[in-house]
Amino acid sequence: MTQTSRNEDEMTTQTDFQPGSAPASEILLEATDIKKSFGGVHALKGASITMRRGEITALVGDNGAGKSTLVRCLSGIHRPDSGTIRLDGDVVHFSTPNEARKHGMETVQQNLALVEELAVWQNFFLGRELVHGPFRTLDRKNMKRKAADMLADLAVNAPPVASKVRRLSGGQRQAVAIARAAGWGSKIVIMDEPTAALGVQETAKVEQTIETLRDSGVSVLLISHNFDQVMRLANHVWVMRAGLAVAERRTAESSGDELVALITGAKAH
Amino acid sequence: MSTPTKTGPTRTKPADAPHGVVAPIIGQARQVSFWAEQAAPIGLVGLVIVFSILSPTFLTLGNIRAMLVAAAILIVLSVAQSFVITTGGIDLSISATMTVGAVGFGLAWQAGLGFVLSGLVAVASALVIGLINGLLIARGKVTDFIATLGTLSVATGLALIFSDGKPITVNSSELLTLTSGSIGIFGYPIILAVIIGALAWFVMFRTRFGLHVQAAGGSEESAVANGVNAPRVRIAVYLISAGLAGVAALLLVARVGAAEPAINTAFLLNCIAAVVLGGVSLTGGKARIVGPIIGALLLTALTNGLTLLGVSQFYQPLAVGLVVVLAALLTRFQKK
Ligand SMILES: Nc1ncnc2c1ncn2[C@@H]1O[C@H](COP(=O)(O)OP(=O)(O)OP(=O)(O)O)[C@@H](O)[C@H]1O
Ligand SMILES: [Mg+2]
Repeated sequence: MTQTSRNEDEMTTQTDFQPGSAPASEILLEATDIKKSFGGVHALKGASITMRRGEITALVGDNGAGKSTLVRCLSGIHRPDSGTIRLDGDVVHFSTPNEARKHGMETVQQNLALVEELAVWQNFFLGRELVHGPFRTLDRKNMKRKAADMLADLAVNAPPVASKVRRLSGGQRQAVAIARAAGWGSKIVIMDEPTAALGVQETAKVEQTIETLRDSGVSVLLISHNFDQVMRLANHVWVMRAGLAVAERRTAESSGDELVALITGAKAH
Repeated sequence: MSTPTKTGPTRTKPADAPHGVVAPIIGQARQVSFWAEQAAPIGLVGLVIVFSILSPTFLTLGNIRAMLVAAAILIVLSVAQSFVITTGGIDLSISATMTVGAVGFGLAWQAGLGFVLSGLVAVASALVIGLINGLLIARGKVTDFIATLGTLSVATGLALIFSDGKPITVNSSELLTLTSGSIGIFGYPIILAVIIGALAWFVMFRTRFGLHVQAAGGSEESAVANGVNAPRVRIAVYLISAGLAGVAALLLVARVGAAEPAINTAFLLNCIAAVVLGGVSLTGGKARIVGPIIGALLLTALTNGLTLLGVSQFYQPLAVGLVVVLAALLTRFQKK
């Protein structure tokens, strides 16, 4: 089913696609005019992006462009100062990360959002623990087993679920954070620089995970500084500059050079 | 299920270590981190050995019973403090809160409310201080140290004002039973303290709330990103701390036979010391319940032993201080 919908997408792309003019039913997530300031720092000055159903959408831009801030607004960590977020056409307000999760949005934050003193399985289920029995005690056995399963699917060298995150290597931590976000059968998975600091093998594995997610019908928002990766994986790309989303392209109709020009402002939009 | 192949950094074991059950223990004992992790139990065993050699009365049933009863208040306070310190905070007002609870009990008793109601008044008046702490820290974003230093003073002042600076004698048969009753060598106070310790362990390590306490202390930002309501967790730990200080107040009034508006600074310092001895790091995120309980037993045994040996009272704070500083130095070698 996903395979056919992808083919249809590609056909649309080839025949009558105009940037920004996707049919409404194709749009899964639409963030409009998002503003967010921290004191005097205007991190987002009215950014608008869309994500299409079943696609990998990339978000690129220089350091400090506001990519992570936008991600944090989408995942319920920040409340935007203004602007609207529509999911499946409905306006949503996420005041906590759990609300975003309940709407089927999982996020790998740039800082990974892991608690170092806790074990891998505790991090996996933090905020949505499984409980059982009359006293609603933690279902530790079940959580450990599920975490191990979710990790084994992804990681090149899966760490034991009982080990503390503090003792994991950088790559292992990243694997834990990605497996945590990928394993819930959600609608949207947002990944903020998921392959930064990863080795060749691990990067390949993560890219494979992203493709597997897309093939199973999940829409992915991928933040990356790696243009090869973006061109290879993404269907669509948004370019951010100084707190605004200034341009969008179908990757099939763009190039790494054009993205660089858009990011630096050499090409306005 | 996958068989997790040990790829993570593992403990280095000497290759020539003897096999069998003892092998891992011997292997571990060669490392400083083992001693650092187990500072409290090792210290306690060491003290017991030294004192029982030096004083024939130390290990008599009567003295053990007395020590356990004496340790009860400190155990309850240490368990309470452990929750706060796990979140990376500190409750400097804990002993003053206990004093407020004691005075609350005394006044309610004087007013003829009876044991149960007076006990509730004690806990409720302590909880008021805890709520103020929690709101100041979680909502007002005041540093834990400053907020509880302030309420330490406020609580002490309130206790003095309400009691008019005088002890309130309490002749309650229930309190008498509480201090003097026992099952075997275990007096009711220590039984109560152990029950509280067991409940605290359960809450900390087997409930969602306990996990959130550890997460908020380990990394508030990450915890919040995963849906932990960190401000609520902070308010809750200060309420737990104050509520348990209220329970400790009952034990205190029972022991003294009166509700005194005393400052009880020794309890404050000793309960923080017990928590540190128990291996809880002041930076938060690392929960321990049994460790602080053993730490409290250790400090009580130390004071008791020194008294039995006829060492002047003046040396006791010195000895406690040395032990705590030593423990703090040892924690530097704990495994990360
Ligand atoms: N919590 C915060 N408080 C203050 N300023 C912030 C905060 N978060 C982000 N900023 C500022 O907002 C701007 C955008 O930051 P953001 O992290 O979104 O950039 P980014 O595009 O993700 O960059 P990078 O590629 O380096 O990850 C920066 O100037 C940053 O300093
Ligand atoms: Mg970023």
